[in-house]
Parts: sequence; C-alpha cells; structure tokens
Amino acid sequence: MDRGGIVLPAPFCSPTLLDAFPFGVMLLDGALRVVAMNRFLEAWTGRSATEVCGLPGELVLQHGVAERQQFFASVLRDGEPVSRDGDIIDRNRRRFPVRFTVSALGRGEDAGQGVVVVMEDISLLQDLDRGGLGGAVSRQGILGHSPPMLEVFELLPILSQTDATVLVTGETGTGKDLLAEAIHKGSRRASHPFVKVNCGALPESLLESELFGHVRGAFTGAHSDKPGMFQLAQGGTIFLTEIGDLPLPLQVKLLTVLDDREFFPLGSSRKVKVDVRLITGTHRDLKQLVREGRFREDLYFRLNVLRAHMPPLRERDGDVRLLLDFFVSHFCAALGCREKTFSAKALALLLGYGYPGNVRELRNIVEFAVTLCRAERIEPEHLPPYLPAAGDVAGGQGDGGSAGRQESNGVPVSLGPQPQTWSGIERQRILEALLRCDGNRSKAAAVLGWGRSTLWRKMKLYELE
Amino acid sequence: MKLLVVVEGRQVAPRFDLALEALIVGRFGGSPVDERDILLPGPSADELCGLILKEGVGCVICGGIEEAHYQYLRWKKIEVLDRVIGAVKDVLPLALAGDLRAGAVVRGREG
Repeated sequence: MDRGGIVLPAPFCSPTLLDAFPFGVMLLDGALRVVAMNRFLEAWTGRSATEVCGLPGELVLQHGVAERQQFFASVLRDGEPVSRDGDIIDRNRRRFPVRFTVSALGRGEDAGQGVVVVMEDISLLQDLDRGGLGGAVSRQGILGHSPPMLEVFELLPILSQTDATVLVTGETGTGKDLLAEAIHKGSRRASHPFVKVNCGALPESLLESELFGHVRGAFTGAHSDKPGMFQLAQGGTIFLTEIGDLPLPLQVKLLTVLDDREFFPLGSSRKVKVDVRLITGTHRDLKQLVREGRFREDLYFRLNVLRAHMPPLRERDGDVRLLLDFFVSHFCAALGCREKTFSAKALALLLGYGYPGNVRELRNIVEFAVTLCRAERIEPEHLPPYLPAAGDVAGGQGDGGSAGRQESNGVPVSLGPQPQTWSGIERQRILEALLRCDGNRSKAAAVLGWGRSTLWRKMKLYELE
Repeated sequence: MKLLVVVEGRQVAPRFDLALEALIVGRFGGSPVDERDILLPGPSADELCGLILKEGVGCVICGGIEEAHYQYLRWKKIEVLDRVIGAVKDVLPLALAGDLRAGAVVRGREG
C-alpha cells in the first residue's frame, strides 16, 4: 500500500491499527508531511486526519521540543530512533508534557521513506515525580485541606475506579473541570483522551455536529467527514460541562448513546460504536430543570449515577489562605518577578471576602495584585477596587463579602434592605457593579472578576435583563 | 487596524510561546500598509504579549497558544485567530479580507 510515498503493507496503514495504540501516533512521509494519524491525535489537535493530510507534521502537532525544527529530520537522516520529552498545546489551548519517540521507516536502501512519531502524555508521570499524587493537599492540581475538600479527595479514587457516569455539581469557578480531569487521570482510561465539550457554548445544530460528528454533505459547509467528540474520546472520557444547557432534542440523542453505546453521525446511515466514559458537570439545579420541563427526567437519572459536589470557597475553611499562597507563588514565577507576600491589611481583606466567583475569582484577584504590585509586599491598594474596604470585612470569611457593607467601590449603595441569602447578595453585587459602570456589561463583568458570559448567565438567572 | 502574524520560516508559527519572529501589517480598507518584520530577542509569550500591546495590534494570527495568554489578549480586546496552519503569504490576504477564521488550514499552491 502506497500512502504519500511510504510503501507499507496495507494492514500497517489501517486506521484501526493506529487507533489501537493508547498513544498519539503520526506517520510522516520523506518530506515530513502527514500521511496518517490516529484518533488519539485527532482528539489532541482537534483536526481530522484527512484535514491535515499532506501538511508538515510539526505545524499540525504544535509541539515544543529541543531542536524542534531539526528533530524529525535528524531521525529521517540518521535512521536511529530518538526519544525526547517536550510538550504540546492541544485544541483546548492546554499545554501538557509529552514524550516523543520518533523512529525512521525503512533501513538501508529503503531509508528516508518517512518517520513514525509516537507521543505519550507524561503529565501523570511528572505529577508522580513531584509527589503531587501523594501530597496531602494536592490532588491532580486541586488544592485544599478543608473538611469539604477532604471529602472530595476521599471520593476521588472511588469515582476513578468505576466506569459509571458521574455528575459533578458546583457553583461557577469551583473547579468542576479539574475534578472531572482528575477522575479521568485516576481511571483505567487515563492513557486515552480526555475530551471536554461545553454544551452551553454552541447553538444546537453546531453542538450536535460537535458531539456526534457529520459526514460530507450533511449540511451546507460540511466539506468533509468530521468525527464528533464522542469518537475522538474513544477509549477515554468525555466531559460535558454545562449539561443543563443541553437542548432537549440532543438530550434524547445523548440518552440513546448512553444506553446503546452507538449513534448515527449527522447525515450518516452508518452507526458508530463508541466506548467512552461520560462525566457531566453543571452549576444548575438539574432537579429544578426537570420540574420545569427543561431537562429530561430519564436522562437526569442516567447521569446522576455517581455524584460529586465541588464546595464553594466560602464553605472551605482555611483553603483561602492556602490558595492565596499558591497563586502568589504561581504568578510570581510566571511573571518572573521576586516572591511577594501579602501585608496584614491586604490579607485580612482577602480572608474576609466571600469570593462569589470562587477559586477562579480568587485566582484573578491574585493575578491582578501580583501584576500591579511593584514592591515585595502586596497592600490593599494593589487589590481590585471592587473588594470591600478592610474595615468592612470584620465578619470574616464566608460572610458573603458584600453583605452589610455600606458602599461598593466608593459609590454609596442604596438598593434597598441588605439581602440575607447568597443569591440575594450576588444579585445585589451585580446591580451595584452595573450601576457603577453605567450599565456597561463588559465593564461590570471586569469589576466583578467574571467573564461576560458568566455575568450574562447570572443576569438571566436573577432576571436582571 | 494592525495585524500581527507570528512567523516561523514562511509559515504561521505553530507555537506562540516559541516564536522568534513576528510580522506586523497595517490594514487599510482591506489592503496591507506598512509591513514590518520584527525579530524577537528570544522565545517568550509574555514578551510577545507586551509587544502586541505596545504596537496597538488589533488582531493576532498564530498557531497554538496557551489559554492564559489567549485570555489575556482577549481581555485586552485583541482578536486572536489561533490554530491557524498555512504559509504567511497565503494566510495574510485572507486575514486582510476578514475571511480568516481560527483553526483554519490554508493550503497554498505548494500545498
């Protein structure tokens, strides 16, 4: 069989054979252009093998390895296999360490036909080297030593050992994605892809194609076959985040996939079989959605086999300090500046704040402070202006931050009586931010430390539109 | 508006953080004006972000970019067309015409 100049017996070029490897595998011809790649790599790169066929391999891989531009060429020239550690940036813009093993195809007179590149995700090995998996407070990058987090860590190996569907709940910014990935990395599927899809980010028609793929001609613009995320996650785990936003027609299809482990890609008459573990995440109350008729009850029961809850930061006693210290070190190292510490006033302010945006908000606050602070000590003036003044946070951690304070960002607030529930407090914070920014949602989102979509979602939730 | 293409050889650089060269092109009514090739002192995503801000670039075209740098540039209201594969000479006209999309594979005559 001749594929792009490489002459190999047909079985060796079979996609089924390449897909059987629990690693990323790419076959390059004598000009180091892509001849074939397996489904594992399709998941990493987010591109189908047919889409990238004939392109230079290193452009497709987006890899970083010593002497990158000569790496594949040297193996092709010398004929000796080389193994080297580097990294890859995947379709989710995540950089992770990879071990590249490159071997030449053919020897002697047949030398120079091409190379085969095998790529192994070694992030787990590096975590083990750093003691990350055995650490008392860190589990796959999740930090915490508060009782609710210890419960999560106790649950983690149990969730990893089974192959059942898991529903991860928790407020925005609590780390649902991290937990899902930790479950995957601890499972027997760890050497296969972990594919994440945000069900709230795409309109229904695009989401169906994204999840289940399509064949050429299925709709206008479908110029080639495209495997869906379920196919790309073959053997691994698919994490459907914001599952509460999944449109009803797709809920039916998802239910069928969960029951039958097979589905029809868009426009195809051929069923595709998949072996994928499903983890779903949501910040919504799915039971409430079921009651409102916006989520299928049968799917809810199917997804809710195992359940894990990521606690909000205000319920994680002691974790705020741990996270503050971790992120200060992290951002100082990332920005290449000297180690910084918090002054007593800044620390009191940060420990007393409620973090409605949870760990994501805390991370953003620390990044803001580290970037702004030129000295070694971070003072209250280096913190985002929307944080309450130091004197207003005597209530301590978990008081909701804005509850009871008289003004926000220097602007007197008189939006009626202080709310007593968390939703009420959050609603009021949004109103305050919008007032302060003259209704400009982008600015208000920045003031709140959220993305625009989070603000929009919460405005919808609290009917503030 | 200014465009910045992260370059490696004749191609859009596959990695934002490892690039050593950038091409800055002014766009006026779909036509390129004032093309400048900038050689960077070393590979650094942070330095490149600094250059992008300093030059007042409105749109960045690159290959793989880490989420942190992508979000930072988006936060600064800079459009980022990442995961682009293709030769700069083929990619640039599409970008100038506003037809380039993130993730695009642009094949020129040479393939």
